[in-house]
Amino acid sequence: MTYRVGVVSVHLASAATTRDAIVIGAGAVGAACAYYLAEAGLSVTVVDRGSVASGTTGAGEGNILVSDKEPGPELELALLSGRLWRELEAEVAGPAELERKGGLVVAPDVAALDRLGALAAAQTSAGVQTEAVAGDRLHELEPELAGDLPGAILYPQDMQVQPMLAAAHLLAAARARGAQVRLGEPVIALRRSGDRVTGVVTDRGELSAGAVVNATGAWASATAALAGVHVPVLPRRGFILVTEPLGTVIRHKVYDAAYVADVASSAAGLETSAVVEATKSGTVLIGASRERVGFDAEISTPVLTRLARQAIRLFPVLGRVRALRAYRGFRPYCPDHLPVIGPDPRAPGLWHACGHEGAGIGLAPATGWLIARCATGATPGLSLAPFAPERFGHADA
Amino acid sequence: MSPTFQITVDDRPVECRAGETIAAALIRAGIDDWRTTRRGGTRRGLFCGIGVCFDCLVTVNGQPPVRACLATVRAGDRIEVGGGA
Amino acid sequence: MVPEESVVDLAVVGAGPAGLSGAITAADAGCQVAVLDLGARPGGQYWRHGDQSRIAGIHHHWETFRALRSRFDAHREAGRIEYLPEHAVWQVQRERPRGVVVRATAGERDPVPRTVRARTALIATGAHDRHVPFPGWTLPGVMAVGGAQALLKASQVVPGRRIVVAGTGPFLLSVADGLLRAGTRVVAVVEAAGARAYAREPRAVAAVPAKLAEAVGYAVSLARHRVPYLTGSAVVRVDGPDRVRSVTVEAVDRAWNVRPGRGRRLECDALAVGYGFVAQLELLLELGCATRLDRGGSLVVEVDSHQRTSVEGIYAAGEPTGVGGADLAVAEGALAGDAIAASLGRVGGLDGGAAGRARRDRRRLRSFARVLANAHPVPDGWRSWIEPDTQICRCEEVTVAEVNRAVALGARDARAVKLLARTGMGWCQGRICGTAVASLTAALHGREVEADELRDLCRRPLAQPVELGLLAGLGPGGRVTGGPPTAPASPGNMSHRTASDRGTIDSTTRSLAP
Repeated sequence: MTYRVGVVSVHLASAATTRDAIVIGAGAVGAACAYYLAEAGLSVTVVDRGSVASGTTGAGEGNILVSDKEPGPELELALLSGRLWRELEAEVAGPAELERKGGLVVAPDVAALDRLGALAAAQTSAGVQTEAVAGDRLHELEPELAGDLPGAILYPQDMQVQPMLAAAHLLAAARARGAQVRLGEPVIALRRSGDRVTGVVTDRGELSAGAVVNATGAWASATAALAGVHVPVLPRRGFILVTEPLGTVIRHKVYDAAYVADVASSAAGLETSAVVEATKSGTVLIGASRERVGFDAEISTPVLTRLARQAIRLFPVLGRVRALRAYRGFRPYCPDHLPVIGPDPRAPGLWHACGHEGAGIGLAPATGWLIARCATGATPGLSLAPFAPERFGHADA
Repeated sequence: MSPTFQITVDDRPVECRAGETIAAALIRAGIDDWRTTRRGGTRRGLFCGIGVCFDCLVTVNGQPPVRACLATVRAGDRIEVGGGA
Repeated sequence: MVPEESVVDLAVVGAGPAGLSGAITAADAGCQVAVLDLGARPGGQYWRHGDQSRIAGIHHHWETFRALRSRFDAHREAGRIEYLPEHAVWQVQRERPRGVVVRATAGERDPVPRTVRARTALIATGAHDRHVPFPGWTLPGVMAVGGAQALLKASQVVPGRRIVVAGTGPFLLSVADGLLRAGTRVVAVVEAAGARAYAREPRAVAAVPAKLAEAVGYAVSLARHRVPYLTGSAVVRVDGPDRVRSVTVEAVDRAWNVRPGRGRRLECDALAVGYGFVAQLELLLELGCATRLDRGGSLVVEVDSHQRTSVEGIYAAGEPTGVGGADLAVAEGALAGDAIAASLGRVGGLDGGAAGRARRDRRRLRSFARVLANAHPVPDGWRSWIEPDTQICRCEEVTVAEVNRAVALGARDARAVKLLARTGMGWCQGRICGTAVASLTAALHGREVEADELRDLCRRPLAQPVELGLLAGLGPGGRVTGGPPTAPASPGNMSHRTASDRGTIDSTTRSLAP
C-alpha cells in the first residue's frame, strides 16, 4: 500500500511489496532507466541519497554528441540515443531546453584539419552526418570565431540540453508512468539471497526487487562492491568556467579537434582542450579538462588559466567577458572508455547502467532503453557485449 | 566644495563631483534606474550599494558594464541608461 | 600580461574595522602587510566616507577611525603597509608547503591582475545586508539599508525625499538618523521585531552602555522629527508600477505572519530595507576553513581565541566570525594581528594591557551581539508575504512559483533548486537570494536549513567576477604565446581585429546585456 506525500511515495509494509526494478541513482542515467522501465510497464522505484541530479549530472554541460566519438560501440549508442532524445521532445527534452544547435569542430592548423577530415569520413560511414566547412565560410556559422582557423567540420546532429532539468523531467515522466521516487535515502547495503541480489537496504528499511540497477555514476564502483563485484569506475575531474550572461555570441557547440583525442586518452595527467558553448540562459560554458585526481575538489587555478586561454584563442571577443563561476565535476570513467550496461552475471539480480564518463547525458536515453529491453526480455537491438560488466573479470572489488 | 565636472547620460549633460561613484552622480541627478533586465525587461538601479548584488551594472563609454556603486566618475564619461526616461 | 606581485608577511583582505585594526597591529610588530579592499578608501562600510563631509553626525565613532587611519597612514609611509584599494580579491589559495597567494583584479573600470603572496592571511571581508523577498522589492527606489547608508556616507546623497526604512535590527535606526541629518523626510521606521525585543537580557545590554546611549540618541532623534517607529510591523509589499510610489505596512506576529486588519499604505519614493547581515565567507570556505551554524542559524567561520581558523596560517576577524558590529571587529582584528605577528616571531603587536582590553571587549561585545541576534531573528513568516510571481532571485528573475516547481521536480535542497531553477546562478552568485531560497526550500520539506546547505550556497571558487583575459594571463611566464594576444587592459584596443571589425566587436560588447 502506498500513498503520496508531495513528490515522494511512501511505502507501507515495504519489504513485502517486490518491485520489478529498483534503480539506485537519480541522475540522468538513473532517471532514463526509470523512465524506460516504467514505460515498458514494469514497476520501478528510484532511490537516491540526495536530490535529483546531485552527482555528476549536476555538473554536466548537457552535451548530446556524435561528433566526439570514433566509429565503434559508443558511437552506435550515441546515434541511438540522439534519436531517442528527439522522441522525448514533448515530455522531457522540450522542458529541458533541448537545442539542436549542431557541433562545430575546428582545426587549429592544416595538419589537424586533415586528421579531422579523416575522422569525419570514418564517422560518415558509420552513419553520422558531417559537413566540411572551409576557413572562409567559418564566419557565416560563427561570426566571432578567430580569423585564422583553416577549417572545421560541422555535425548537425549534435545537441545540447540542460542536464538537471533533463534528469528531473525524465524522473517526472517516469513517475507519471507509475515509478516511485525516494530521494534523500541512501542505500547502505544490498539484499542478498545466496548469490542473488534481491533488493536494497536503505537507512529507512528494505526494498525488494527482481532487479537492482546500479546507476550511481562516479560512485558505481562502491555500489558494485556492495555485491562483491568489480566495476572499475574511476572519477575523471573536469572544470567548467561559466561566463556572465551574454547576447547571442556563440551559436553552436564549438571545440577544437584535440578534444576527441583527449576523450579517448587514458592519461592521468591534465589534459585540456577548448570547448565553448552558449546556453539558453545566455551564459557561455567553457571547458574542458580531464584529470585523474580522485575526488579532489580543490580548484586548480592553472587549469582555469588554460581553459580561459584556449577559449580566447577560439573566440577573441571572450577576452573581456567575465567568468562568474567555476565548478568541478567528476566524470565516471572506465579504463576502456566504454560504459557498463546490462545484467551482471557475477551477481544475478544486479544490473549496471554507469561508467559513461563525459557522455552520460547524451547516452542516458539509449542506456535506459537498453536496460528496459533486457528487462522485458526483448532483443536489445544493439549488441551489449562491449558494455558487459563481466569484461572486468571476476576479481573482487 | 569639491571640483565638479560634466558627464553625459544618454546625451544629457549631468554634473558630478570628483571622486564620487557613478551611482551617486546618477541618483543625485534624479536617475534611479539605469539598466533593463534580460528576462522581464524591468528596470534596475542601485540595490545593495556595496558591490555585492551587481544590480547596478552600468555601461560607460561602451565598455563592459561596471558596478555603478563602486566605479568612480571621470570627466567626459558617456553613460548609457536607456529606459525611455 | 603578468600580474604585478608583492611578497609580504601578511595579506589582509578587507580594509574595514577588522582589517585595518589587524593590519595596523601586525605592522606595529614589524610585519610587512598588504591590505586589499574593494572600496576606494579605507573604512569598509561602517566608516565609509567621501572626500568631503558636509553633513554633521552621519559618521559614527569617527575619532576611532581617525586614530586608526593616522596609524595606518604612518605605516604606509614607512613602507610597512602596502594599501591596495579598488582590488577585488577573487581567490585566496594556500601554497605548498606554506603560505598563501591572493589573486585580485585592480580597478572596477579597466581591471588589471594583481597578486600578493604572503606567509599568512587575515580574512576580514565583512558582511552584506540580508534580504527576504516581497512583492515589488525589485522596483527602482527599493534598496538595501546598507546601500542607503553607503550613498549617504560616501557621497552625501539621499535616495529619495520621502523614505521608508524597514526590516529588523538597530541598523535601521542608525540609517534613519543619518537620513534625517541629511535633511530628507523619513516617513516611518518599520521594525519587524516586537517592542520588548531587548527586555530579555538586561545584563548583557547594560554591559555596553555606549550601545544603550546610542539607541536612546536615535530614539530621541526620531521623536524630534516625528518619525513613527512601528514595531512588530513589516513592509509586505511595494507598489509602483514603474518605481516605488507606496509601501504596504502590516502588523506581524512573532513568527512574522501578518496580523490582518492593521495594514496601511505609506506613500514614499524610496524604501531602504534590510533584515540583518550575512557574512562574506566564500574565501574562507574555499580555503577549507571549518564553519558552523551559530544560534541564529547563520553560517560563521570557527576561530579560536587568537582568531585562527582551522586552516594553518589563515585568520579571520569581524563579521565572518559572527555578526557583531564595528567595535567588536576592531577588537578581533587587533587580536588577530597580534597573534599573526607572534606566529611569525615578531613581538610588539599588542602590549599586555591592550591585549587584555581587546579580549575583554571581545567577550563583552560578543555577548551583546548574541543579544542582538536573539532580539532580531528572521523567522519564517515572511513566506506569508510572498506571492507566486514574487521574484526571489533578483539576478536571474526567478519567481517563487519556479522554486516551488523545482522542489516538485525533486530538488531537496537549495543547491538542487539552484540547478533546476537558476536561483543563485546570476551575477551575485546567490549572495542576495541564498538565505531566502534555503529557507523556502527547507520549509517546503518541513525541516530547518542545514549547515551544509548554507555552505554549498556560500561556496564560490571565483569570489569576484574575473575577465577571461586576466585569467588567461596568469601562470608561469604569464604571457600568451602564439595566437591573438589576450585582452589588454586599456579600453578600445580589442586585440588584433581591424578598425572595421572593431565596430562589430563593440556593438557585440554593447549587446552583452548585463
